[in-house]
Order: sequence, then structure tokens, then C-alpha cells
Amino acid sequence: MELAQVLTIASKEARDRIRNRWVLVVSLVFTVLALVIAYFGSAQQGAVGFRSIEVTIASLVSLVIYLMPLIALMLGFDTIVGERERGSLSLLLSMPVTRAEVLVGKYLGLAAALTTSTLAGFGLVAVVLAPELDASGLLHYLAFIGSSVLFGLAFLSLAVLISAVARDRSRASGVAIGIWLFFVLVFDLAVLGILVATGGGVGGDLVPYALLLNPADVFRILNIVSLDEVRTLYGLATVFPEALASPGRLAIVMGGWIVIPLILASWRFRR
Amino acid sequence: MNGDSMVHVEQVTRHYGLVKAVDGVDLDVGRGEIFGLIGHNGAGKSTLFRLMLGLERPTTGRLAIDGVPVLGRGFRGVRRRMGYVPETVVLYENLTGLETLAFYARLKGAPAADGAAVLERVGLAHAGGRRVGEYSKGMRQRLGIAQALLGSPALLFLDEPTTGLDPEAIRAFYALLGDLKTSGATVVLSSHSLAEIQERVDRVAIMVSGRVRAAGTVAELRAAVALPVAFRLRTRPGAESAVQSALDGLPLDGVRLVDDALQFRCPRDRKMAALARLAACGDDVHDIEIREPSLEDVFFGVAE
Repeated sequence: MELAQVLTIASKEARDRIRNRWVLVVSLVFTVLALVIAYFGSAQQGAVGFRSIEVTIASLVSLVIYLMPLIALMLGFDTIVGERERGSLSLLLSMPVTRAEVLVGKYLGLAAALTTSTLAGFGLVAVVLAPELDASGLLHYLAFIGSSVLFGLAFLSLAVLISAVARDRSRASGVAIGIWLFFVLVFDLAVLGILVATGGGVGGDLVPYALLLNPADVFRILNIVSLDEVRTLYGLATVFPEALASPGRLAIVMGGWIVIPLILASWRFRR
Repeated sequence: MNGDSMVHVEQVTRHYGLVKAVDGVDLDVGRGEIFGLIGHNGAGKSTLFRLMLGLERPTTGRLAIDGVPVLGRGFRGVRRRMGYVPETVVLYENLTGLETLAFYARLKGAPAADGAAVLERVGLAHAGGRRVGEYSKGMRQRLGIAQALLGSPALLFLDEPTTGLDPEAIRAFYALLGDLKTSGATVVLSSHSLAEIQERVDRVAIMVSGRVRAAGTVAELRAAVALPVAFRLRTRPGAESAVQSALDGLPLDGVRLVDDALQFRCPRDRKMAALARLAACGDDVHDIEIREPSLEDVFFGVAE
């Protein structure tokens, strides 16, 4: 793989998203959401104003779990299939590039756009909140930003896999919606359903491992284990084995969710 | 393998399910040659192009460019010296003409300054700063030709490059083709019309249903096929059979009556004999039309 070719394609993709204001809009969405949650998150309890970073992060995590996969899937679902359908792919592939370089280049370019938006959007809020936070609070918030970036990259990787496999754009968008529904809504319900239906008799010990099969759960757990105060809010944390409750190990699992779909996409695209 | 050939295609087939898009093609294009690939839509020209470019793998057979197997080791280097104009040129709408060329130039490892130079060559220097989305069809086609010229390629694949060009741009394109030939580049060019390119190519291959029906110089093809001459006669009403019997003994082909006109094909060397007999029919024959069929008529079977 030639790095120069990968970077040429990546920089074109990233520049496209900056130019059509995608990066700006998504940054603003993240900033506004984070500010609203930080200052008005407790309005239902009759209080307005910033309360604690732990509660803010817990609320943000719930929101990012819905939003980030949607944004990442929308960003990447047509990156290959869209070019194929429009007809620009033939010319691109006739250049001195390999298919793997095209795929990785496109991924890196989109990843740069998504990462920039996430860092800028939530980072701006960190600057605003900084005077109210102690060192550990700030660290937790930065960890939340970092895990959000990884979470977005995992779903972007799935999106690129969809775009490499799908036969046309409309199918790709359908599959992307299906993937979102499955990981964000269906998966946890299914795991819970199995547990409840069998009275915990089947797979109780396997649940923590089953949750690793869903990047949304990995993201949730990653943010819980780093927050002692929040840990008690979730019964889940108490059943989670200590061996897995390490941010480093969970980050590695998330890394797997980034790398494996990309490898599959590259393999599929080369065929 | 012929060591002198720039493009070598050996017993290549490409099947899509049951459809044989390319069916047992052998082809060699020499260095510095302008080679024409003629065929109707669906004859397999574009698929053959895609195979030669390594955009698809053949079902069976072997291809090599400049002695390097297509998609084999070293093919990336071959691609740096190659240009391609696809059948339908689709570029990125959001980039300007110059940005488009800068992108492809970087991928090809061509000098950045090449962009402005090739834009000038296709007559688009004035539009370099405009977005491709605002280009007309003809301008896009010209930009498509411009990107193929980046890096002064030694080999160009042009898939119906004059599609969408106005007559003036077509003339300019053929002038460009002449320059390329002078500079020693090898060009493989496809067209659905032999008439359009026969003056500009060194050799042609005629493709029908995925196969090469004939290949050689246009003169060779003409010599190889004995082209019959088509006759169309208006006779005095009721005199058709009298005129037909006057022609008895001549080796005519496809004799039939269409819209009160008597039609047939006659071998070229018997044309004068047929005319003499018709002249002897006097007032029975009102009018004679003689049509010289083209090579395309022969190969594509539209002479009927």
C-alpha cells in the first residue's frame, strides 16, 4: 500500500466534507446538544443550571448512542457504492491505485471529518465548562470525547463495509437503517428478553461478553466504568466482571470494531 | 507473445452469468499505433477496455500491457503511463476543472503544472476555476480527455471519446490524436462508426457479439471481403418478371420486390454486365439506383 495514494484520496474526501459544510453542521449539533444537556439536563427535576459533570456525561452518553451511529452511517454508507452508481469509480480505479488504497483512503478522509466534528463540537463545550470542573471531572469529560470518537469510527467502519457490499445506493441506505436499528434498539432488548424469558437460566454469565458484540454497549460501558458515581446508577455495572471493566481493554474491543469491518470491506471490494 | 506489442490480448473471455460479453478475443496493438475498435453498443468494446485497464478480471485468457501482465506485479507502474477516457465521463461535480486535474495528477504522480497545460490543450483554459457541476456535457467530455493526457502517457484508451462533442470539438480532438501519434503514443480508440475513424487509425478490429470478426488495416479489410453492389430498380408496372428474366444467369443474391422496387445484390465484377442487360430492357426499366455498401454493412449485417 502506498501512503501517498491513500493520503491523496483521504484529503479529497475530507476536503469535500469541509467544503459542503458537513463538518461545521455536525460540530454545531454536538456543541448545542452538549450545552443544552449540561445546563438544562436537570430541568425535569425543577432545577436549571450546571450540576455535575457525571450526570452530564451520563445524559450525553445516552444521546450519543442514538445520534453518533446515525451520523456515521449517513456519512459513509454510499462512499463506494455511490461512486460506482454515479460512474466515477471506473476512472478512479484506472489510476495507479489499488482498491485497498481507495477504500482505506476514503475511510481515513471520512474519519478525519467525523473526528474533527466530534472534537470541535464537544471540545468547545469542554472549554465552556472548564471553570466549573476539577481535574478529575475534566479528565472524565475528555475520556467521554475520546470514546465518542472511537464509537463514531466504529460505525463509520460499518458504513464503509455496507458501501462496499451493497449493489446500489438505495439498498445501502436500507441496510444502514437496519444496522442502526439492530445495534441501537434491538440488540439490548433481545439480550434482556433472553435473560427474562429464561429467568436468567440461559446465558446469564455470558451477558457481559455478549455486550461486547455491540459497539453501542461497548461505548456505554466504557463511559460507566470510568465514572464511579454513575456506576451506581446502572445495575449493569455490578454484574460486569472486573476483568472486562478496564478502559484499556474496552478501547481495544472498540478498535476491533473499527478494524474488522474495514478488513471485510477491503476483502469484499477487491473481489 | 509478440515482444513489440504494447497491448497483448490472448484468448480472453469475460462472462456475466450466461452472457459472453467478450468471447475468445485475440488482439495485439503495436507501439505507436493508433488502433480502432469498432462495434455497436453491446458488442463488447467497453468490456474489453475494462479488461485491458484491469478494472475487471477476465473469465479466461491473458492480457498484458507493455509486457506486464494486467493486474500483475509492476502494473501500477504501467498505469502511471496510461490514460483512459471512459465511455461515460463522470467527474466530481463539486471540484473545479483544475482541482479535478490536480487530484488525478497527484494519483498518477504527474507534475502539478500538467493540469493547466492539458486544460489548455482541450480548450478549457477559461473554465479551469469553475465547478464541474456547472460544465456542459461537451465540456465534461473535454475535461475527461484532459485528465487522460496528464503525465504524457505512452498509452491511451479512449472509449468513444467524441460522444457529446460538437463538430468543432470533434475536429480539435482528431487534431489532438494526430499530435499524440506524432509524439509516439499508442492509442486504442473505440467507436461505433468505422466511417468516423477510418482515416485516422492505422488498424481496426471489428467486434460483433463479443468476438473480433476482422482485424487489419481498412484497405486489408476491403480487399478481404468481396463487397457486393446493391441494385434497386423501378420498373414499368407489370414488367417485373420480364426484367428479372433478362438478368437470368447472373449470380445475383437477395432478389426481392420491396415497395414496387426490384432489389438485388450483385458481385462487383459483374456490375457492368448487369447494367448492360438492364439497358437492353428499354422502357421496362424506369430508374436504377446503385449503392456501394460500406465495410460496416458487411460486418454488421445491415446490408439486407
